[in-house]
Amino acid sequence: MQIFINDSAFEVPEKASAEQALVTFGAKPPFALAVNGQFVAQGQYQHLALQDGDRLDILSPIQGG
Amino acid sequence: MSVEELSAKEQIRYSRQLMLDGFGMDAQLRLKNATLLVVGCGGLGSPALMYLASSGIGRLRLMDDDLVELSNLQRQVLFKVNHLGQPKAKAAAKVLASLNNEIAVEAIVTRADANNLDELVNDSDLVLDCSDNFATRYAVNRSCYAQKKPLVSAAASGFNAHLAYFDFRRAASPCYECVFPEREDNPSDNCATQGVIAPLLGIIGAQQALLAIQCILGTGETGVVHSYNAHTLGQKQFKLPKDPDCDCCGK
Repeated sequence: MQIFINDSAFEVPEKASAEQALVTFGAKPPFALAVNGQFVAQGQYQHLALQDGDRLDILSPIQGG
Repeated sequence: MSVEELSAKEQIRYSRQLMLDGFGMDAQLRLKNATLLVVGCGGLGSPALMYLASSGIGRLRLMDDDLVELSNLQRQVLFKVNHLGQPKAKAAAKVLASLNNEIAVEAIVTRADANNLDELVNDSDLVLDCSDNFATRYAVNRSCYAQKKPLVSAAASGFNAHLAYFDFRRAASPCYECVFPEREDNPSDNCATQGVIAPLLGIIGAQQALLAIQCILGTGETGVVHSYNAHTLGQKQFKLPKDPDCDCCGK
């Protein structure tokens, strides 16, 4: 199935978890993950089964200002 | 003691706000009676403070211990060449006082930390985090949470920025640490190492001012995080549930 991570399309297996998607993307901690516009707590990454068309956003903390 | 009317001059100065639908005299008096603490008078603080001062926030307290440097002038639009070497908070206070002589502006030339924030935060209606380092961000978040004061937090580096509003008067509000828990491996990149595109600070600092005004008027939505991309000009928003395991606001 196809999902989107930071607006780019990725192929992942059916019912892949958020954690699998993060590995596919190569996300480097620390980051926050939002799925379809809502942040997901880190403890949920391995339990959250993704669905076709899900939109994931990976945000790295920024300190500048 | 709250002020309950505007002078004739103030009515002219703020006329373009007073005529707004859903704004009016009550809203302007709320701004006038508000005290804001702004932590950091740099790239984000500059535009945020200019709009907060010109809009008529009655009392602005600026906290920064840095001095104005030549490399700041690319984006910290409060400062001019004649401010080089001066404490940012004092230079900013002078500029803001000349921008609006109807408001009170106070410079606090001190680095914000866990020891000095609580009293200042408690004496404010709202806090803006315009700082440039994680240590200050976590200290400001914790103090605002402890004192139950709303926080408008923003950060920018390179071509990316984040912006968020946390209303700690509401028990269900998440906090900054719910999004980005404190970690030893937080990135060390900042504007000095990574650079930052100047107008990004204007875009995000102005939105901090807007969120601050919304907060004072009681219309802000807590727990929404915005992410801005200066390459695409795209802005996304994300809902943030409170993390029950958060080190700051969790159980």
